[in-house]
Amino acid sequence: MKDPKDTRVVVGMSGGVDSSVTAYLLKKQGYDVIGIFMKNWDDTDEFGVCTATQDYEDVIRVCNQIGIPYYAVNFEKEYWDKVFTYFLDEYKQGRTPNPDVVCNKEIKFNAFLDHAMKLGADYIATGHYAQVKEVDGEVKLLRGKDQNKDQTYFLNQLSQDQLKKVMFPLGGYEKKEVREIAKEAGLATANKKDSTGICFIGERNFKEFLSEYLPAQPGQMETLDGKVMGKHDGLMYYTIGQRHGLGIGGAGEPWFVCGKDLERNVLYVCQGFDNEALYSDSIIATKVNWISDRPKPSTFHCTAKFRYRQPDHGVTVTILDNHRVRVDFDAPIRAVTPGQAVVFYDGEECLGGGTIDEIYKNGERLTYVG
Amino acid sequence: MSRIYLDHAATTPMHPEVIQVMADFMQQYFGNPSSIHAFGRESRRIVDEARTTAARAINAEFNEIVFTSGGTEADNLALIGTALANQDRGKHIITTQIEHHAVLKTCEFLEKEGFEVTYLPVDKNGIVSLQSLRDSLRDDTILVSIMYANNEIGTIQPIAEIGKILKDYPAYFHTDAVQAFGVLPIDVRKLGVDLLSVSAHKFNGPKGIGFLYIKDGVRILPTLYGGEQERKRRAGTENVAAIVGMQRAIELSLENQEEKYQFYTRLREQFIAALKQENIPFKINGAGTGQLPHILNIHFPGVEVEAMLVNLDLAGIAASSGSACTAGSLEPSHVLNAVCGENAPEIYESIRFSFGYGNTPDEIQEAAKKTADIVRRLAR
Repeated sequence: MKDPKDTRVVVGMSGGVDSSVTAYLLKKQGYDVIGIFMKNWDDTDEFGVCTATQDYEDVIRVCNQIGIPYYAVNFEKEYWDKVFTYFLDEYKQGRTPNPDVVCNKEIKFNAFLDHAMKLGADYIATGHYAQVKEVDGEVKLLRGKDQNKDQTYFLNQLSQDQLKKVMFPLGGYEKKEVREIAKEAGLATANKKDSTGICFIGERNFKEFLSEYLPAQPGQMETLDGKVMGKHDGLMYYTIGQRHGLGIGGAGEPWFVCGKDLERNVLYVCQGFDNEALYSDSIIATKVNWISDRPKPSTFHCTAKFRYRQPDHGVTVTILDNHRVRVDFDAPIRAVTPGQAVVFYDGEECLGGGTIDEIYKNGERLTYVG
Repeated sequence: MSRIYLDHAATTPMHPEVIQVMADFMQQYFGNPSSIHAFGRESRRIVDEARTTAARAINAEFNEIVFTSGGTEADNLALIGTALANQDRGKHIITTQIEHHAVLKTCEFLEKEGFEVTYLPVDKNGIVSLQSLRDSLRDDTILVSIMYANNEIGTIQPIAEIGKILKDYPAYFHTDAVQAFGVLPIDVRKLGVDLLSVSAHKFNGPKGIGFLYIKDGVRILPTLYGGEQERKRRAGTENVAAIVGMQRAIELSLENQEEKYQFYTRLREQFIAALKQENIPFKINGAGTGQLPHILNIHFPGVEVEAMLVNLDLAGIAASSGSACTAGSLEPSHVLNAVCGENAPEIYESIRFSFGYGNTPDEIQEAAKKTADIVRRLAR
């Protein structure tokens, strides 16, 4: 490996505290660091205000504090073509997409990586809470030290080619340590609030945002045995296991979304957090990516997450073909949702993942879920 | 790593003598030029001397110069001020598609205020057609605003001929001479213009100061209200130190102007020759007759401008693209769009190099070499 001062690292900077500290730590270690702000979405309002402009201003302040050059790059077209169209397509099919997974695969670790290479980068770095480690000539993707912030879930689609060129300097830190580093260094973003939700929607109302792009078709809300419980605003606004926003009052336990019938435009609901209808015991996942290129047994036991920040569940993976697997759960799992990612782990190591496609219980496909 | 500054169309370094006169002024004086006491009178005398210098530089009269905060304010005042003052005579304005945003965005504002704006196209060399101007003139046309020389590609418009055409019309004629002043000799009487914008930082003066020439008798309203400075046409206490700096910069720009013109032309030709020697494919945008000698806009086929500019910077070469890239919003250059056609590759693959005071032939040679290296590396 080259000396840090001869090693150019291009840091993807969002204007948040995590990527600010990422750049700061690398600079302190003596790397040749460049900060790049990616503009992927334009939300300029009628008064010309755009969150990207404000975020880029923060990038500029931090880079000048650290003493590194900064630039901006525009990926609006790539983002729209690769991430946003996928996002809308999934909603049209009644599923709950995960744009962050696709953004990492197509934008941050693809378009941005290519751009960085054109700038003579040896590595790119991001503020993800994850770790990479080279073992026997292969890069392993490991969970971040901060188990609560671990972001390997969103990185499950990355390949060896991508991971070989990546640094995650925050992987060995707790989030609160990162804040402290930022404060101690006096970085302008030290006290900036973390962004929440999907990046292009930001703090806006999700329903309102989605309705600008997809026509909402209100319809009936029914129980699985056909009892009408009320009306829904459009199937795309609901996800499996959701409790809020159903407007079903009355006595007894709360109600939850447990499925959708696209053809009839019906939203299925059930009563009680632990209602049996919310549980499944196996799935078929598609678009499966394995971090390692090495051959795998055709069936093996590991753990899996079915959504971000969920505890791991024991599962048995059976490889069906190149990009499809069957996943049998050790015990039934609540609210597994089509469109979300299933991500596999062996201890601290993230093995890869795919998209939850079909949901099964007792060998029967639950057509009302996926 | 030595850095080479080839972005003089964006801004220029201040001349040491400019810095000196400003420092000297600030050491000695601070009075408000509007005050009635001795402190004020000192400053007033200095402001008026600078006004005389500015007026003489363009063959105007003392009372025809209004100091502004720079080119943008001068353009805003020229357009908004005459539009509002003359809307009883008509609400039609003519400009071109390749104006600086200080003019174009002001026109957009005026459109929202009920004015009608005609944006004249340009030919492949970036020159506006006189016939299209004649065809666009109407009885209710109150203002024609056509830039003297373009900031992105350097093409010079036939201002004197336009002035002649407009002699027979009631419309006022404004020209944004921000990029031309200092490099080209300018005589407002010969040009037949009624309003002309100048900015000091484009010719080795300080930032935040410029002036608008307003021909005696032009009906205009202020855009800033307050005190009675600048004969009530621009309220606000004068930026006297900057005015003094601009005065010196004007004087310096007029000294040996022809020689400097030849020097910039040589630098430009040297840069082109060096690129040719490197044997990389390139084409000059807006190439034709009548260009500013210090602006060179080059299309490098297959080389994306975003990566190119960053690579140039990392190699120590400061250049720019016409496309404004703030917060990553790469807005395609409206100038190249008008000159090369919508979605032409030039729009995404062109770099502007601009030469000026302090550049040396050695620098030009080195910059061309490094540019060629980067082009070879990035070309698809």
